Amino acid sequence: MQTVQQVTGSGVPLLLDDIDTDRIIPARYLRCVTFDGLGEHAFEDDRKQDASHPFDDARFANGSVLVSGRNFGCGSSREHAPQSLNRWGINAVIAESFAEIFFGNCTALGIPAVCLARPELEKLSAAISDDPQLEVTVDLDEKQVRYSDASVACEIPESARVSLVTGEYDFLAQLLDGKSQIEQTAASLPYMTNFAGE
Amino acid sequence: MTDRRNLFNKVWDLHAVREFSSGQTQLFIGRHLIHEVTSPQAFQMLRDRGLTVLYPERTLATVDHIIPTGSQARPFADGLAEEMMSAIEKNCDEFGVTLLNIDDDRQGIVHVVGPEQGVTQPGITLVCGDSHTSTHGAFGAIALGIGTSQVAHVLATQTLALNRPKVRRVEVTGELRPGVFAKDVILHIIRHLGVQGGVGFAYEFAGPVFDAMTMEQRMTVCNMAIEGGARCGYINPDETTVEYLRGKPMSPEGDAFEKAAKWWGSLASGSDADFDDHVTFDGSSIEPTVTWGINPGQSVGVNEPLPTLAEVSDDDRVGIAEALEFMELQENQAIKGVKIDVAFIGSCTNSRISDLREAAEIAKGRQVADGVRTFVVPGSQLIAKQAEEEGLDKIFTDAGFDWRAAGCSMCLAMNPDKLQGREICASTSNRNFKGRQGSPTGRTLLMSPAMAAAAAVTGCVTDVREMLEPAHA
Repeated sequence: MQTVQQVTGSGVPLLLDDIDTDRIIPARYLRCVTFDGLGEHAFEDDRKQDASHPFDDARFANGSVLVSGRNFGCGSSREHAPQSLNRWGINAVIAESFAEIFFGNCTALGIPAVCLARPELEKLSAAISDDPQLEVTVDLDEKQVRYSDASVACEIPESARVSLVTGEYDFLAQLLDGKSQIEQTAASLPYMTNFAGE
Repeated sequence: MTDRRNLFNKVWDLHAVREFSSGQTQLFIGRHLIHEVTSPQAFQMLRDRGLTVLYPERTLATVDHIIPTGSQARPFADGLAEEMMSAIEKNCDEFGVTLLNIDDDRQGIVHVVGPEQGVTQPGITLVCGDSHTSTHGAFGAIALGIGTSQVAHVLATQTLALNRPKVRRVEVTGELRPGVFAKDVILHIIRHLGVQGGVGFAYEFAGPVFDAMTMEQRMTVCNMAIEGGARCGYINPDETTVEYLRGKPMSPEGDAFEKAAKWWGSLASGSDADFDDHVTFDGSSIEPTVTWGINPGQSVGVNEPLPTLAEVSDDDRVGIAEALEFMELQENQAIKGVKIDVAFIGSCTNSRISDLREAAEIAKGRQVADGVRTFVVPGSQLIAKQAEEEGLDKIFTDAGFDWRAAGCSMCLAMNPDKLQGREICASTSNRNFKGRQGSPTGRTLLMSPAMAAAAAVTGCVTDVREMLEPAHA
């Protein structure tokens, strides 16, 4: 696994609250057996209804750092949502807060999802709108978001940060590594032995 | 010394395999449910790495999201849906996982099937690649929705790496008034705690209102914990739980059942249990509740007006304005009387036999209003069979409702059941997100089964209490 210490790129401002995963990738595109091809459908229904949606705005076409509001990624657990954003070209998300399952899915894919306070998000969003080519850096070593001459502390749960910077965000190898302990725990649970020991 | 740990922490501690240096716990997973939408990529991850399923007997598969509720002849008309069916059939066969397919009468919505079969039990950890896995917390289990990478983790190791959440006790005191249902209780809680109020928490639902509920009602409540941001919601096991599980196909039998019941009881939070937070609601003040907006927290009592932009907090104003615009509703407008085009009774929230009975009681002897399309979709084949034995299907069809086969149907419209254009749907499902019911511009009003049936026959949002028999009203 690749380590993820920093993501740098231009931004995409989408400063709305409670953006759910049905909006990120409508359910009809979950009729698939691989994640291939999901990128082009990111925010498809929102884009159709809003001609000025940032995902259709040529100024942000190369953006890779998405900026959003409170409770981003709420709703369905579909990993198709971060998969679709990632295939669209998004490599990091900065928001006021994240829904939990979405956050975990992002981390598992190596996409840092970091939080900034609302006033800082508003400044960042305005700066991106003023200069769509503005370079934005999410730095997980320093727990900072940097752009032009601003350097702002951001929040991310330490377990996610560590797993990203060490490249262990996939977890599978670590989980597999504990096989004998897994068997011990299983044997200790009454329902695994049909309550024979109770 | 008494054990002051709440149920969540007791069950977590029992399942902790080890702690990682990151602070996460490797947690053993007692039961894993899978369905056709979020599992194919996970099986492929196993293939890519040459891994097998570690405990195939701990995983149970069914098909629900893409299943047509009309003709179920194979191959399905939708080639993509057919491809997903073939994939789960092949994957379960190859990896040794039991699949309750559409030719098996135990098939149904995954969160209906688990409890119905006795797979869901107190004191276990249960996960599924579906956010409404919180449903199973109704039994006093730790039940979590997970992503597809995590589905692969569970298949390969029967464990997950997770951060332990905090636990908030959500107490509802007193008793519900007639015409107020479990759905109203959870909509009321989400309205007041917010759609992200539960992020980082498991919710323990406790107090006399939940004590008095049946298991099916408790499932409705826990199902929507995730809509309040809480990945997991649960209710302590009690006699109601034990009696529900007695005799279920996968429940322990005989002496083992009595031992199990004793163990389950020992896990319940004691009266002096510790919690990270505690909120209290008065059950008698809860009204039949209807959502008017684009997230499940945007709701009002059926006799209340919608919010006005001047009165709401600065934090909420933009979102409320966006919701009013999308819904084409006005601030301060009454929700009662809003015309509907479609009524949907079903989903993992409200498709169980008691939900169908409550809706049938309203439908009985009445007629669906002109121009209203209806979908009554039982949560499983066994529920469909029971409803038919009780004559509920006849009550619905006599009243002009469309009685369908089991599946997720119009809750998320990954199948032929969809809203069209700007239709407004009175829906017993769990999400009113933009586009959720299959039309990008379709609109959803969430409510209880009785309220949805009432809306179907009147053609508009109605206070169901005006239609209940005097014995209930």
